[in-house]
Order: sequence, then structure tokens, then C-alpha cells
Amino acid sequence: MQSLASTMVEHEVKGRSPWADARKRFVRNKAAMFGLCILIFVVLFAIFGNWIAVWSNEELDFNVMGQVATMGQPSIENGHYFGTDDLGRDLFSRTVQGTQISLMVGVVGAAIAVIAGTLYGATAGYIGGRTDQLMMRAVDILMSIPYMFVLILLLVMFGRSIAMLFLGIGLISWLDMSRIVRGQTLSLKNREFIEAARATGVSTWKIIIRHIVPNLLGVVAVYATLLVPLMILTESFISFLGLGVQEPLTSWGALISEGSKTMAYGTLWQLAFPLFFFVITLFGFFFVGDGLRDALDPKER
Amino acid sequence: MFAYILRRLAVAIPTLLLLIIFSFILMHLAPGGPFSQERALPPQVLANLNAKYGLDEPLWRQIWNYVYGIVVHFDFGPSFVYPDRTVNDLIASGFPVTLTYGTLAFVAAIMVGVSLGVVAAIWHNTWLDYLAVGISIGAQVLPNFVMAPILVLIFTLWYRMLPGGGWSFNDPSFWVMPIIALATSYMASIARITRSSMLEVLGSNHIRTARAKGIPEHRVILRHALKPAMLPVISYLGPVFVSMITGSVVIDMYFSTGGIGKAFVDSALNRDYAVMMGITILVGTLTILFNLVVDILYAWIDPKIRY
Repeated sequence: MQSLASTMVEHEVKGRSPWADARKRFVRNKAAMFGLCILIFVVLFAIFGNWIAVWSNEELDFNVMGQVATMGQPSIENGHYFGTDDLGRDLFSRTVQGTQISLMVGVVGAAIAVIAGTLYGATAGYIGGRTDQLMMRAVDILMSIPYMFVLILLLVMFGRSIAMLFLGIGLISWLDMSRIVRGQTLSLKNREFIEAARATGVSTWKIIIRHIVPNLLGVVAVYATLLVPLMILTESFISFLGLGVQEPLTSWGALISEGSKTMAYGTLWQLAFPLFFFVITLFGFFFVGDGLRDALDPKER
Repeated sequence: MFAYILRRLAVAIPTLLLLIIFSFILMHLAPGGPFSQERALPPQVLANLNAKYGLDEPLWRQIWNYVYGIVVHFDFGPSFVYPDRTVNDLIASGFPVTLTYGTLAFVAAIMVGVSLGVVAAIWHNTWLDYLAVGISIGAQVLPNFVMAPILVLIFTLWYRMLPGGGWSFNDPSFWVMPIIALATSYMASIARITRSSMLEVLGSNHIRTARAKGIPEHRVILRHALKPAMLPVISYLGPVFVSMITGSVVIDMYFSTGGIGKAFVDSALNRDYAVMMGITILVGTLTILFNLVVDILYAWIDPKIRY
């Protein structure tokens, strides 16, 4: 009954834009909303976690040091909500710090991919012809390179800094994006409104920026949400090997690596908490990404 | 078909050369040479070392020598850090291990993933489907570096069933965890791709016709549905292959299996550029060749594609 009533009300009010339609489909998707809640929780944890933390991420708790397996377990009383790591540092604030860095790497990496990939793909697709062939052949070649090895090569040669990590991850992440965007541009460029723009003498760049790119936003948004977890995975992979984020900074990958090395001594919490945040965040992004795809592109299901 | 393969090779070879030249120039640009240590070497010693490894020659000449050595003698040159070992030695000692568990993991991911996907599609919207989808969603967030510690925790620390590391060609109990850790997340992706493409094929006209003709259901699925449904899976095999090779780095580090991944990370930490480049080029070659095989396989299965 309620749904009938609500649809009738909507008919009375006004027609719906495609975006409003998409939003409605998204809100109705339970998995996507659940994913969104998870992500909001993780982001709040990253932003406000330090307010709750009793210990800073650099402080050593000398009461615990040396007997982490017995004294360092999670406890509310001494303020180590997640326990301590084997140096006696508070794992809660370490996890907050790791979450901040991992999320940042994911978002910045995806942002680079979005900007570079969209512009590259739209340009190649719109100009077409030999330029397109050349540009996409370059992408093909770059894609056939085992990028993780090249990325590690870059990191080792030019120093393991966060900036280099961003640059390296950004350098490889835009390839897929440019392919998807090019495909979409090809289907857009013969539409009437583009033709009209061309007929009235709008320059090529302006058509790409003002007319092509805004129409790609749906696809780009979907792909960007699916790209963030991939960037987080890449960063964690490298940090797990000890080649990424360096002490005193940390990230989920580095924390998982630490935890996995010390779990044999019975300090399971060192693995469990970072792993928990890592896994739920990936879940969140995958659910939201799938939900966005279904919402923005219903025929793709 | 033959012309197509030739054309693909004509692209693959320049790609490889580009990769070699690119990594060589990178190495040249990198701050700090292979012999820069905390205590500076006397200039005479440094000059001798550079002369010994040919680093005093002009860049184009070095690249030429390097490429020539690889192409003609399959020689990746000496290691810069361990003078008594060549890059070939390091690769030769690690590669069989990586190849063994990598191949097995690859096959396992495909077999399990495809079976899960097909089962989910055939019994669409039943509990079997939900189970398969649940498994594949869960497995997707368990990349190799997450699976590895979890597996060790369960099977080594808690149940003491499997060795937590090491490698033996004669004892498959060493293989189990590396294979599962490596395969899990790709198994999940393959299952998802198989399921959606199988669902699409099962709804298509030729399947309806086959059923209308009275062909038994298992034959419809095995003979008529499976082949076209495999096309998206096949085109996904290239990326899986790359990711598996990449993942072997984590496996080698975590399980101390002694494959090329271990050599790669060690050389990365030691700044042994020669070894890093050798492995990168080897992996690049394998990737390019594998993509070629996948494309040929695709063309062979899909009758709609003409070259």
C-alpha cells in the first residue's frame, strides 16, 4: 500500500531526472546502502579516532614493553582498546593512522586515474583516426607490463616516499580508465548535441571538456568507486612487502604484515584489528561500486 | 590466423624492447649507483668496478650490450651485489618453484571459479546460487597477503596440519597453503564472471532452441552453453596471470618458498638493479607471451572473430 501511495505522490509532483532516478535505485539497494554505512563508519574512524585514543601512535607504553603477549592485549582499562604492538605502541591509534594513510592513497590514486584516464580516453576517442590508434596502442603496451614489478623498481630507485608511492600508483591506475572512457566517448561523439556544437564552431578541446566529459560522469563515478579498493589493495600489497609506507608512518598493509609476523607469539589482535578494517572497507567499496553501477546503468545488469 | 599471430608477435617484440630500454634508463637515472655504499669507495676502485661491469661505456652501448646478451645468449648479466652469482643463477634456482605453485594455483582458480559460477547460474536464485555468490563475494576481499596469514594461523598454529613455510618438490603438503592463498581472490572473480556470462548465455535464443529440440539439459549446458560462456573468462585470464605472478612475490616472502619473488624483494632491498631488471624483463616476457596465447585461444573458440 505504502509504495503505491508514494508512487502516486511522485507522479503528481514532477518528472524525475535520470540522476534522481539513479539515486532512488541506489537507496533501494540494500547491499549498497550497507556498504555506504560501512564506509561512513571507516571514514569517521579515520577522522575522529584520534579523539578517542588515549595513547598517541608514537608513545611507547613501558608497562607493556617486553611482555606484549601477556600485558598488551586489548583492554579498556589501560586505554589500549586494540592492544599494543610488540614495541608497546597503542594499536588503536596505529590503526587510525594506518586507516588515514590507506584511505588517502586509495582516494588520491583513484583521483589521478580519474583525471588522467578521462582526459586521455576522451581525447583519443573524440579525435579518433590515427591519433586514437596511436594513443590506445600505447595504453595496450603499458598494460602488458607487469606493473607491480615496475612500481617496486620505481620505489626502490627513487626512494620509498609517500609521494613516490602516489606517483607510481597514479601512473599505472589510469590505463583501464582511459579504455572505458574511450569506449563511451566513441558512442557519444556522433550524437546530435555534439554535432550541433561542432556545427556552431566550438573548438575541439571545449567540446571534450564541456560536452563529452560531463556526459561520462556516470561511468567514471562507477569505475572510480571500484578503483579506490584496487588502489588500497596495491598499496597494502607493497607495504606488506615492506617496500611501501615506511616507519613511523603506517598503513593497513604494513600493520597486517606486522601482525602476521607476530601472531605466532599469541598476539593475535595485532593481525585481527587492521585486517578487520581492511576487509570491511573493501567490502564497503565493492558494494557501493556495484550499487552505483546498477543505479546508473540499469541495462548493464 | 597465422598472419594474425605474426602480427601480434610484431607488436610483442618492440614492447619487450621498450620494457628493457625503459628499465635500463630508469636504472641509469636512479640516484646512487649499484656500488654506492655508506663508506665511499676509493675512486680507483669505483672506476675499476664500473669498467668491469661495463658501466663506463656510453648509455646506448650499455643498452645494446644488455639486449644483445639477453637475446643472443639469454644472459641477464651478473648480480651487482653478489659478484659470484649471475642473475641467471638466481632465476634458475627460483623459477621452477614459482612455476609449480603458480601453475597449480592458476588451474585451481579456474576450475573452482568456473564450477562455482556455472552451478550458481544453473540453479539461479536458489540457495546454491546464494551460497556461490556469498563465497565469491567473501573471497574477493581476501587477497593473497590476507589469506596467507589467515591460513598459517588456522592450519599451522591452531591445527598443526601443514608446515607454515618452506618448500619441497616431493612433499605436496608444502604446496597447499601457497596455492590456496594465491588462488582465492582470483577464483572469486572468475566465479562472478562465469556466473553472469552463463546467465546471459542461458537466456539466449540458441539455448532455447536446443532445449526445444529436446536435447537433455546436461548436454545443453556442456555442449551449447559452456563454450560461449567461457569467452569473458578467457579474456580475463591475462590479468589473472599477471596478478598471480605478482602475488608470487608475497607467497615467496611469507611462506619462504624460495621462488623468484624472494629474489626480487631481496634485490629490491639490496638495490641490486641487475637482478630486479632481469626478473622484471622475464616476467614481462611471460606476460606478453601469455596474452598472445590467450588471444589465440579466444579467436579459436569464438567463431565470430575473423582476422
